[in-house]
Amino acid sequence: MNVHHHTYDAVIVGAGGAGLRAAIETAGKCRTAVLTKLYPTRSHTGAAQGGMCAALANVEEDSWEWHAFDTVKGSDYLGDQPAIEIMCREAVDAVIELEHYGLPFNRTPEGKIDQRRFGGHTRNHGEAPVRRACYAADRTGHMILQTLYQQCVARDVNFFNEYQVLDVAFADGRVAGVIAYEMASGDLHVFNTKAVLFASGGFGKMFKVSSNAHSLTGDGPGLLYRRGIPMQDMEFFQFHPTGIYKLGILLSEAARGEGGILRNNSNERFMERYAPTVKDLAPRDMVSRAMLTEIREGRGIGPNKDYVHLDLTHLPPEQIDEKLPDITEFVRTYMGIEPKTAQIPIQPTAHYAMGGIPTNVNGEVIVDELNTVMAGLYAAGECACVSVHGANRLGTNSLLDIVVFGRRGGAAMAEFVRKAAMPDLPKGVEEETRGLIERMKVGSGGENVADIRTVLQEEMMDKASVFRTDESLSSMRQTLTELKGRYEKVSIQDKGEKYNYDLTEAIELGFLIDLADTLVEGALARTESRGAHFRDDHPTRDDANWMKHTLAYRTESGGVRLAHKPVVGGKYQPMERKY
Amino acid sequence: MAVSVELRIKRFNPEQDTKPHWESYSVDMEESDRVLDALHEVKWHQDGTLTFRRSCAHGVCGSDAMVINGENKLACTTLINEVGHKVTLEPIRGLPVVKDLLVDMEPFFAQYRAVLPYLINGTDPGYKERLQSTEDRERFDDTTKCILCAACTTSCPVYWGNSSYVGPAAIVNAHRFIFDSRDEAATERLDILNQRSGVWRCRTAFNCSEACPRGIKVTQAIEEVKRAILYNRV
Repeated sequence: MNVHHHTYDAVIVGAGGAGLRAAIETAGKCRTAVLTKLYPTRSHTGAAQGGMCAALANVEEDSWEWHAFDTVKGSDYLGDQPAIEIMCREAVDAVIELEHYGLPFNRTPEGKIDQRRFGGHTRNHGEAPVRRACYAADRTGHMILQTLYQQCVARDVNFFNEYQVLDVAFADGRVAGVIAYEMASGDLHVFNTKAVLFASGGFGKMFKVSSNAHSLTGDGPGLLYRRGIPMQDMEFFQFHPTGIYKLGILLSEAARGEGGILRNNSNERFMERYAPTVKDLAPRDMVSRAMLTEIREGRGIGPNKDYVHLDLTHLPPEQIDEKLPDITEFVRTYMGIEPKTAQIPIQPTAHYAMGGIPTNVNGEVIVDELNTVMAGLYAAGECACVSVHGANRLGTNSLLDIVVFGRRGGAAMAEFVRKAAMPDLPKGVEEETRGLIERMKVGSGGENVADIRTVLQEEMMDKASVFRTDESLSSMRQTLTELKGRYEKVSIQDKGEKYNYDLTEAIELGFLIDLADTLVEGALARTESRGAHFRDDHPTRDDANWMKHTLAYRTESGGVRLAHKPVVGGKYQPMERKY
Repeated sequence: MAVSVELRIKRFNPEQDTKPHWESYSVDMEESDRVLDALHEVKWHQDGTLTFRRSCAHGVCGSDAMVINGENKLACTTLINEVGHKVTLEPIRGLPVVKDLLVDMEPFFAQYRAVLPYLINGTDPGYKERLQSTEDRERFDDTTKCILCAACTTSCPVYWGNSSYVGPAAIVNAHRFIFDSRDEAATERLDILNQRSGVWRCRTAFNCSEACPRGIKVTQAIEEVKRAILYNRV
């Protein structure tokens, strides 16, 4: 295995929205390498559909404070309010900036950026849904990804495509480099650098039914966790209500923003019972629970009564073609259904990790309960936890998060790099990665990667998804112990150097198992229900004991140690979450 | 109900082979499964060395363009019930094959970069958005859908014969800015596309429009660019 050495002022890991926005920020300020295991335009930001909220007030009265209130309430009061204020205040500039970069937003008749309704976003602290989401048909994420990539091309950003980062090196209490595996050659590349920003995305592939890409395996959080960085609030994983039945492909909340309705087996608009004011536009955690409650109580649809319907049939056909062209095409392609005339079978789909690498509002990674910063280490986007989403993210706030905190992280990193000296990289920093790869290639235990991953995904779906109990989570803990044992005996067939995805899939599975471990331990410990974390055996929120963030550390023996830190409050006091 | 599907796949391992060869696999699939699911079934349970790119698995990331029963398609948007129970799979043509169904995408992205694929506007818009009428926005809507999968470019007979041709995808991405009312560099892009490697190579074979998994009217976009050059007007 050849080893190549590079030196850069800064390295960005991942080229989705957060990584690209950070790269735009460092361009011209410091020598930056952007490493991605895909091509930038393949990143899963491109799959985001519905919009990006900002209180532009282009079509009706709105204010960033209302947006902040909605986000705090949506987070079930686990989000840190100063961070949420920053995000919602800077949202307006972020959208305007994207427009200046060329993003083709839909327009109002006056030529301004058009806005539409989205779940949990309301006028004046919950009075009624508000039109806050700026959008480009139902491919807003695609347009953000394309636009940011275009701006990187304009700035001649230095991309290393299909380089998968597998390890990070520290020296003298700061970041000193990363180790990447080059898909095309099978060579290792050691990047000596002053600073690293992780923007590597989520890890929804630990669940069976997921809207996530195959590539979303939590490599960044996983490798940092192994190097002692804690993971924050991992028990909070969002299930998006409207995934295509069995496939999990996302059907945007914009479908309901445009007037779509959820119906059970008696064609009832059941959300009226769960959220009388905003109905189908309640936040995702509540809608997913409502759907599964309908199914549990026998009001599901189909031979197994295991799905409900999304109904768009009452919408004008031209509105569907203009505002929801992509998702209706997905329905035609994968379900063979015409959504203009037939209702769509849907079920909740694993969508978004609220938890991840703990950071402050400048993207600096935090390594303990005292908010101690690791010098030179940054994270932004889904892999990070600022925390602006708390226990439940509102729709559109992920696209906002990547742009706002990608920019802030990139700016902070460029500033850090300006003053910092290049750290000495310890000799042999690549040896552990080399060992990992060689071990995988010679493994002869006979265990199959796909089989282990299937068990992980199915069991996580059954035992650690929308509804959880001590019993289900304890059982999942047991399953994970077994899977770790089997993972030690993995054998792969491809022993080659070039484009060995057999190898990288095996390594990725290891990250998924480790992160599932943190999710399950956090969920077991949290004996309350808050946001996306719902315990049947502890069905209410317990602010007295649990209004705090979870930090999960990896122990020497590979187990999980939990610690906690307080939520940073603000002007909005916790209250019962009704919509 | 599961059906048996035979996959004939053009294989090439650069570390062992001097030329490609065909291999066949039999997999049990549902009619509603994707061709990508069948490829995964082979990779995960029969032959881990089978190599192809994929990511989103629902037609938005553009990773898995390949030649399926002779036509350029995405493996993740093509269902078994569309292609039947005997399926041949080959890498897209016109780009160097690296391993099995995976090709070198660098020449494709270099051609994309050559058309200045970013908004160019030298005037300071201040702290407000630039206004754009819904009609002006509609003018380039179709070409904003491109996912850079290369299905169009690698379906083009001209491109197979002459890899210096920028190809349909690059023209689509130039079109996206040429006809954007906010952009000021249409002339520069039209000059680039007026060169020998540009739009005049197009012989209007329509393969590109048929191949586009996003339904972009690629040939029409190319024609609009040609007209803009001829009449010096966008």
